[in-house]
Parts: sequence; structure tokens; C-alpha cells
Amino acid sequence: MLLSELKQGQSATIVRVGGSSLLRRRILEMGILRGASVYVEKYAPLRDPMELIVKGYHVSLRVEEAAHIAVDEVQSAV
Amino acid sequence: MPMKRLTIALAGNPNSGKTTVFNNLTGTRQKVGNWPGVTVEKKEGHVSFNGLDLTIVDLPGTYSLTPFSIEEVVARNYLLDERPDVVLDIIDASNLERSLYLATQIRELDCKVLFVLNMADVAEHRGMKIDAHTMSELLDVPVVFTVGNRGEGMDELLQGAVELAESAAGPPRRRRVKYSQDIEEAIARLRSFIQLKAAGALPHDMRWTAIKLLEDDKIVKERLVAAAPQAGMEILQAAQTLRRHLTDRFDEEPQIVMTAERYGFIAGIVREVQTSSTQQRVDVSRNIDLVLTHRLFGFPIFIFFIWAMFQLTFTLGEYPVQAIEAGVEWLSGAAGRILPDGLFRDLVVDGIIAGVGSVIVFLPNILILFFCIALFEDTGYMARSAFLMDKIMHLIGLHGKSFIPMLMGFGCNVPAIMAARTLESEKDRILTILITPFMSCSAKLPVYVVLAGAFFGPRAGSVIFGLYLLGIVLSIITGRIFRSTLLKGVDAPFVMELPPYRMPMAKSLLIHMWDRSKIFLTKMGKIILIGSIVVWSLSNFPQIPGTAEPQARLKAAPIADALASDAGGQADLEAAQRRAEKSAQTEFSFIGRIGRLISPVFEPLGIEWRGGVALLSGFVAKEIVVSTLGVLYATGESEEEGALEKALKDSGMTPLSALSMMVFVLLYLPCFATTAAIRRETGSIGWMLFAVSYSTAVAWLMAFLVYQGGRLIGFS
Repeated sequence: MLLSELKQGQSATIVRVGGSSLLRRRILEMGILRGASVYVEKYAPLRDPMELIVKGYHVSLRVEEAAHIAVDEVQSAV
Repeated sequence: MPMKRLTIALAGNPNSGKTTVFNNLTGTRQKVGNWPGVTVEKKEGHVSFNGLDLTIVDLPGTYSLTPFSIEEVVARNYLLDERPDVVLDIIDASNLERSLYLATQIRELDCKVLFVLNMADVAEHRGMKIDAHTMSELLDVPVVFTVGNRGEGMDELLQGAVELAESAAGPPRRRRVKYSQDIEEAIARLRSFIQLKAAGALPHDMRWTAIKLLEDDKIVKERLVAAAPQAGMEILQAAQTLRRHLTDRFDEEPQIVMTAERYGFIAGIVREVQTSSTQQRVDVSRNIDLVLTHRLFGFPIFIFFIWAMFQLTFTLGEYPVQAIEAGVEWLSGAAGRILPDGLFRDLVVDGIIAGVGSVIVFLPNILILFFCIALFEDTGYMARSAFLMDKIMHLIGLHGKSFIPMLMGFGCNVPAIMAARTLESEKDRILTILITPFMSCSAKLPVYVVLAGAFFGPRAGSVIFGLYLLGIVLSIITGRIFRSTLLKGVDAPFVMELPPYRMPMAKSLLIHMWDRSKIFLTKMGKIILIGSIVVWSLSNFPQIPGTAEPQARLKAAPIADALASDAGGQADLEAAQRRAEKSAQTEFSFIGRIGRLISPVFEPLGIEWRGGVALLSGFVAKEIVVSTLGVLYATGESEEEGALEKALKDSGMTPLSALSMMVFVLLYLPCFATTAAIRRETGSIGWMLFAVSYSTAVAWLMAFLVYQGGRLIGFS
């Protein structure tokens, strides 16, 4: 499934980062890369962009950009 | 004996506390300027330490050294070309993994580097412990701890930097990032090819050059070809072949693979040096954010903050403004008494003091505005405002970060256009620069106040609000048009860190505020001074022949007298006469002639020649429009409350033509300083001329629509 399909409060592991080379590299450089786990902290009030927690920090990403990122949802242990 | 000098560069991620460390080290002994050739801010400071003269250079905050944004290019070129004695990489200890990405890139460069683990207290609070000793061992780099906002560890930091600089050991060669076997082989092959063909042609580390060529780094490629045209092309070809081979091998471009592998290397380091306890942390920042970016409350709170900022700026700022006005008036009175009669006194009193004075009164407003913006930035709210606004800004084809410069445009366009530097993509930056002047800056407000006050009475507030709104709407339309025509292209990715909320530090707020206000002051010092003199000269030459005699007689009456005798009588009459003389002089002068010459242009807008002249003079600074009107209508500046309003009404100006003039003021060519800023920030005279002509054309068209449209539907 795609990162953009996750709801607030869901966690996932990144499987693949797609998109143009420039976009991909930028996203990768911020630590959003295969194997990293992400947590969807929230969506902005207008439903775009979204806020993620990756590697312990908060980062925002547009929904259309998140749609280039394939993830596996991780069921939270709670 | 002269002190030995050392240069220390500070590198680090945005929000890593780099600026705080810099402020701690250098205090107020900072020099703010620009990096040569580009417009990224350069901060430098000096420290004396153990008999050494240390120059501390603050590099732009970046996440990487991939040359995508200007900041990254600047930081990297500085490290490559200026070769500082030591590089201090400020690492946010609570954000170790991502911070190490930049650190490994710096480490790959051939330079002496010291890792500074900053905000270790925050990390500890979050249940993270970092083993500095192991880290130092694993990366072959000295490591020190600091807590920037408490000023802890600064001496150790300088001590470590100096020791490293003075040590005979070269840059660390051991324990660099190790890539996977295929990549390492490609690096090794390219490296020996470079050594064979062009050893020494590029002054950079050869392994690094090989890595960058495999990453298809534009700047390194250009430099290589420039340094060794023949061999360079051969090397590029070899790199291209290797790149193709690697792309086949990994089914992915090498730069992407290498980025991922660097993170793999980092993950290994982090596992070794960082221990996290599982204790659930209480995250205040996340709780604050739940409210401030709340689905329902987020926007109302945001609007409230913006409203509060403008209230503070313009209401609180009003008090010192009055004091400054009184001071300027006193100064001009004093100068009038001391200086002998004649042109020189006129130049000083009417030209320089009046001109510069009319701008310096905005200093309190500018100071407060920049204080608020610094507060937004230092607390971390600025990033949230971009987060909230991105959807809307994206509709115009802009980035959420564009909102910040546009917002600052309401204060002053010069720093606003400079703030567009935070945008990564050049297209976003240029587009933001082009539409920011439509944000009605604070210098235009006095013009509205006078005109709307005179013609719209109690509805003046709504009219002024409408003008601001018109500016915003036109910027949106302009943005959409330019985005789909002139500046087509992919949008920059919106990968933006949302740093934790932090308690702002007074010192850093003040330094921030002062740095930016200084830009305003220097603008005033140079440009406004020259502009005032030019406008004064244009409006006083040529002199009406044969009037020197009566003018001198009139001016013999001290200005103070005229000011003091509002009660009427002889002095009042003389003052009125004097003003009439002055008005006649202005009409006769160059500026009057130019005004008449171009009056056909303004006629369809319902603006008479005096208005046209005032608008011309507004190129120097928008607030001068008011003072020029004052001179032309012979009312003087502040002698009589409401005199200008009355004169305007008597001259046949109607509410409709006043509205047309205000619309024109809102939109027409940006002031001199803004034009200069556009030229500098876009780096092209072409964009500057385009911005000037586009805005003036829009202004004329809109004013025309307002005036002629208004007449059609029966207003006057």
C-alpha cells in the first residue's frame, strides 16, 4: 500500500521510494528510505501535507509525494 | 607579534542549534554580509582564545551537501575552496541518525572536522545516551558535548578545535563511509583513472572526486572539465560508463544507492553509540502541536497570531513613532535655526532631514515586526505556518515556505524578498519574489491613511482592508498565470522538518531582530539619502527667476515661529505665502515638468499631474508620496492637522480618483530598494525589469478599471 493511504496514528515500514530522481534523493536524504519505519502523526487541517515521524524526528510531506512511497503497514502492538 | 589566526567553520542541519552555538561563541561581535556572488547570508565573528585570533564562519544550515539548493552549494564550496582550519559539525544529539548524514558527507571531504553533539540534555531527556568515546573511535573524529542554549561546553569546543587545527595529523583517513563492494570497486577504478589522467588538476581529495562523479554531481563535473579540459572529458566518459554499469547492477541510479548506503553505514554507527531506554517520554512539543495544528483550531489560532503580530507592529509601534516624529521635527527646527539661509539649508531641512526622517519613523514598526518573525522562527512555529498553508500556497503553484516571505512583505518588501532564499527551487524563489511586491508593505500605509482618511471617513478602515485583499488576490492570479506560463516545471518536494517547539532565547531573538533591522537602516542610510537629495533637487531646480529676493525674505522668518503661531496673525499669513511660493517652485521645477509631461498617462486614472509627480517620487520610497503631495499642495508636512486632506479635496480629487490612486500605489513599481533587492536575489536584470514593468502595467490597468468602471456605474 502507499504511504499516502495511511491514516493518522498508523505505522508502517517503507518498502520502496519512487518518483523523480530529484524528489527521491531529497526524500532519501531526509532518512525516509527503504526499511525505515514511519508513523503518521497527523494530516494538516486541509488534509495536505502530512506529518510523519521518521528516525525520531518530525517531517512533513505532501500527499502526492507520499503517493510515490510504497509501505507495509505495521500493526501497532497496543 | 601579531596573533596567530585560525578559521573555524560551523556546519550543521537547520534547527541543530548551530546559530545558538555561533551566538554563544561570538556574542555580538558578528559581521553579517553575503556570500560572494550569491545572496545567502554570511555570518562571521571573531573570538580571542588562548592568544589566538579565531574567525568563526557560520555556514548555511543544510541537511546534505548535495548541490541542490544555493545554501548547500555555498556551504560545500566554502569547505572546498576556502579550506577552513577546522570544521565544527553541530549535531543535534536528539536527532543523531539524520544529523550524521551531513556529518558523513563532511567527513568525506578532505578536511579536519570536529563533531559537536549539541542539545545532549534534550537527548537524555528523551531517554537517549550517546557514547562519545566509541563514536570518536568509530569515525576517527574528535567529539565534544555542548548545550547551546545554556552556553555549556563552549570552552571545550574551542579548545578541541584549536588542538585539532594545531595538530600535525592531517584530515582523518581511516574509517570513512564504506560502500558496498560494487560501488567501492567503481570508486577505486575511477580514482586510479583520475590519478593517471589528471592527478593534481583538481585540488580536491581524489576519492571524493570519484564519489561525486559517480553521483553525477554537476558542479564537480564542471570544475573537472574547467581544470583539465582534455583529461576531464575522458574521466567523465569513464565515470559515465561506470555509472551505467552500476545502474544496471542495482536497477537504480548510483546516487540513490549511495544515499541509502550512507544511511546504512550511519545505522551501524548509531547502533553502536546510542542506547535508548524504552521509557515513555512525555513530549510537550507534540502536545503543543496537537493544538496549534489542530484540524479545527489550527487556522483560527494561526490567524490570531498573524493578527496579533500586526496589532503589535502597528499599535505598539505607534508610541515610539510619535517620539521619533517629534525628534525629527526638533532636529529640522534646530537645523533651520543654525544653518544660514539659502539653498544649503533647504537641502538639509527639506531634502535630507525630511526625507530620511519620513523613513526612520518606521524603524519601531520594523523592529517589532522582525521581533515577531524571529519569535515565530525560533519557537518553531514558522515551520507550522508553512505546514498549515502549504495546501493553499500549492494551489497558486507555490511552496508552503513561500508564505513566510509573502507575509513579511506586509512589513517591508526588502527583507521579504530576501527571505525567499529559504526556498529550494529557483522557480519557486523567482515566483515568490515576483508576487511579493503585491503584498502591501507598511510604507504604503501612510498613503492609504491620508487618502482614505480624507475621502472615506469612517469607512477608511474597510477601504484599506480591501486594498490589502486586492493585493493578495492579484498575487494569487499572478502566481497561477506565471506558474503555467513563464515558470513551468515540477514543484520542489515539500520535505520539511517540523522541529520541536523550543523556548526562544532573548539573546538570539534580539540578534535576529537587529540583523534584519540593520538591513532596513542601511537601505535608509544609502538609498533613501541619495533618493531624497535627488527628489529635492528635481523639485527645486531650475529656480523660478527673480524670486530669490522675496523667498529669502520669507525664509528669514524662523520656521519655529511659523510652527508656533497657529493662532493666526502675521506669521500665519507669511507661512501660507511661503507655502504658496514653494508650491509654485515645485510646479516650475524639473519634477513638475516631468509630471505635466506624463500627465496624459495618469489622466484616464483620474489622477491629476500633482498626483502623478507624487507617484514618481514614490519610487524612492512609498511613504514619500505623502510628503510630495504635501509639498505640491503647499500644505507643509505636519503644520496643520488635516491640511493636506483639505487641500486634496479642494483640488478636485474625488473618492473615486482617490481610490484609483490608492490602487495604483498598492500595485505599481516597487520602491528603489525593493527593485535593487529583486535584482540581487534573482541575479538578473531581466527579471528586475520584468518585475518593474509587470507590476506597473497591472497597477495602471487596475486603477483604470477602478476609475472608469466606477464612473460607468455612476460613482464620482
